[in-house]
Amino acid sequence: MNPGIASRVDQIFVILQHRIAELFPAVLQPWVAMILGVVGIVAVFPGIFALTTVLERKGLGRMQNRLGPNRVGPFGILQPIADAIKSLTKEDIVPRTADEVVHFLAPVVLVVAIFLGYAVLPVGRNMVLLKIDSGILFFFAIGASTELSIFMAGWSSRNKYSLLGAMRAVAQMISYEVPLLLAAVVAIMMTGSLSPTAIVRAQGGFTGFFPRWYVFTPWGFAGFVLFAIAALAETNRSPFDLPEGESELVAGYFTEYSGFKFALFFLGEYLGMMSIAGYGITLFLGGWGAPASFLEFIPSWAWFFAKLFLAIFFFIWLRGTLPRLRQDQLMNFAWKFMLPMTLLNLMVAAAWRFLGEWFGTGILAEGVRWLLCAAILAGAYVALALTLLRRQKIAARSYRYAD
Amino acid sequence: MMEGFLFGLLAVLTLSGAVGAALLRNLVHCALSLTLTFVGLALLYLNLDAQFVGLSQVLVYIGAVAILVVFAILLTGGAGKMPTHPTVSAGWRTGWLAAVAVGFVLIGALLHSPLPHSDVPAPEVTVQQIGRLLMGPYVLPLEIVAVLLTVALIGAVIVAMPERKGESK
Amino acid sequence: MLGEGILKGLAETAKNFAGSFVSEERLTTVEYPEVRLPQIENTRDFPFLVYDGNDPMAGLRCVSCQICEKECPPKCIYIIKSTDKKPDYVGKPQFYPARFDIDVSVCMSCQICVEVCPFDAIKMNTEFELSTDDRFGGLILDKHKLAKSNEYYQHIHPTEAAEVDGRLAEEKAKVEAKAKAAAEAAAAKAAAAKAAEGAAKAADRAADGASGQPSGAREGRA
Repeated sequence: MNPGIASRVDQIFVILQHRIAELFPAVLQPWVAMILGVVGIVAVFPGIFALTTVLERKGLGRMQNRLGPNRVGPFGILQPIADAIKSLTKEDIVPRTADEVVHFLAPVVLVVAIFLGYAVLPVGRNMVLLKIDSGILFFFAIGASTELSIFMAGWSSRNKYSLLGAMRAVAQMISYEVPLLLAAVVAIMMTGSLSPTAIVRAQGGFTGFFPRWYVFTPWGFAGFVLFAIAALAETNRSPFDLPEGESELVAGYFTEYSGFKFALFFLGEYLGMMSIAGYGITLFLGGWGAPASFLEFIPSWAWFFAKLFLAIFFFIWLRGTLPRLRQDQLMNFAWKFMLPMTLLNLMVAAAWRFLGEWFGTGILAEGVRWLLCAAILAGAYVALALTLLRRQKIAARSYRYAD
Repeated sequence: MMEGFLFGLLAVLTLSGAVGAALLRNLVHCALSLTLTFVGLALLYLNLDAQFVGLSQVLVYIGAVAILVVFAILLTGGAGKMPTHPTVSAGWRTGWLAAVAVGFVLIGALLHSPLPHSDVPAPEVTVQQIGRLLMGPYVLPLEIVAVLLTVALIGAVIVAMPERKGESK
Repeated sequence: MLGEGILKGLAETAKNFAGSFVSEERLTTVEYPEVRLPQIENTRDFPFLVYDGNDPMAGLRCVSCQICEKECPPKCIYIIKSTDKKPDYVGKPQFYPARFDIDVSVCMSCQICVEVCPFDAIKMNTEFELSTDDRFGGLILDKHKLAKSNEYYQHIHPTEAAEVDGRLAEEKAKVEAKAKAAAEAAAAKAAAAKAAEGAAKAADRAADGASGQPSGAREGRA
């Protein structure tokens, strides 16, 4: 394939943005370009959300040997449109005792905060809305502020389920934010930059045809797995969906929401999942980079979205597989397993860096370094797992009064 | 012009949040209003191109301090209870006096201090530079702060731990 | 080891995911409105009233005793007793329900009404497609909607219906035998005491009393 055409297809959206901006006077051009980028994000990701809802239901159905939705349109693919019409035409009920202003603001704050997170996400070569140095910091700062909207939703509803759900959600998100950040720090440390674009660039290039993604190093793999687990907990996805466990809390913090506000919470949840998956891809899976040198002719944005869909599929797969955790298991796992592992992973990453300087760059030295770091992490994993499982005794349930 | 307008907007946002935090009746509303002040402050920092400080403000104050405040209100049962006495009471007179006096002193100090009205552009401080400084010349203070916080954390855990029966005497 | 179970579970769901595309027999559900699973005999959801014969209102077994109304835990049954009486299946004059409503949006399908009914008049239905667009009236079933023939009952719950029919037939036979015995005794007494025509009259009267039931009520009985 002609490299010229390939690069033009790669940059097609950037070029399009420039062409449209050029139609306006010079003063307005940066603004128009910015607005076009925002429109792109606001159009594309909710579109993916709509697609994800139906694919999730179909995928879960298949995992449970069912067909899943298949009534609206061919293979049920138009189901999200029916859902959208339904949620838009439903009555918007605000409980009589609810705090109306806060009740109204909560979903708005949530969706706005989550949309902000996409501003620094590189979805392709040169395709990032806000080119700031501390993009990753920006994302984590924004992610931290979604907790407040969840609290607002839970508190303002004046409902025990809502409040319990919100408390659980906030406690869980705070606990898992620590390992999430620490897992991400590894990639930042090795790149020496907080900029997502720089992190993706650092993972570019190939050894032979094999990509230099961080996930293929011991610390990168451990970091990626830890990041994925923490991301699941952070987005309240199964098996960490205690805050909205249907069997316990109806719907958790958004129990008292109906109609379009409920849809906004739903949207916020999925957008949060996609953005965190996007940052996981950026940090560890080479962002928009191709997985092999001979596949580079495929445009970068296609690779990013392919990886995003794969990540979403993995999330759905886990949801179809794992039962919900108990609150104490959740917290034990966060503080007794995730935190020590992420801290050790930081050390291992530092060791990797300095071992690389000491050993030189020979293939043997690389192999020794790889095995050494992997062995440390595997050993720590075994030791922590054993201590975590040590006190788990399986016995018949005993009752205080009935026996 | 544009910058002045933006600054004014953010200042109004920050101040209205602060006023709300002081005057609202419901404690949770006060806490949320305080969060608005934090947001305004963070945006002011960002407006001044201080990315690291601004984003840390969001991360620490909105992500942690606001949540802490809210949790404290909920756990101490302060939510839902409305104060029975009027917000502005006689006891406030002293407070108002002190506030006005401090305000006058500050305004006077501002007006009499010789500010260099030069057009020298503010130095470009990147996050990378801050990182290098923190990890280089200022690594000792950073570590001391870290140790202090860890000690506080361990102390809190020990305080919160349930006392065992044998050790209680 | 930690995580081993997760991997096993993931493999299992992956197998299901791929398998459901290749083998049809993995699918545990059917596409409902077009395909229906055969009904299990013990299926039951909401109560209905059984009638004998061809006329639903005349043949209702319910005598409006209101035991079900009193026993119903969520109080979804509403009965108004008639002021006049009509003969039941054994010919005894009984009250009948002037009004019999069941609010199926309240009913919790506990079947207590069926268990307490001394007349086998109320039984559980299997009809589940009751959705309606009338939020308030659509789910209140009156006695016209509730009345279902005994043949329908035999069709949906054959074993149970056969048992009920047997019991009812036995009861009826007992009553008839009693009437017959009474008639015979009366006839013997009359024959012994008075003239032959007087005795014949008395027997006729007794037989009339025993068979004075709704027309065709005993059709289809085993």
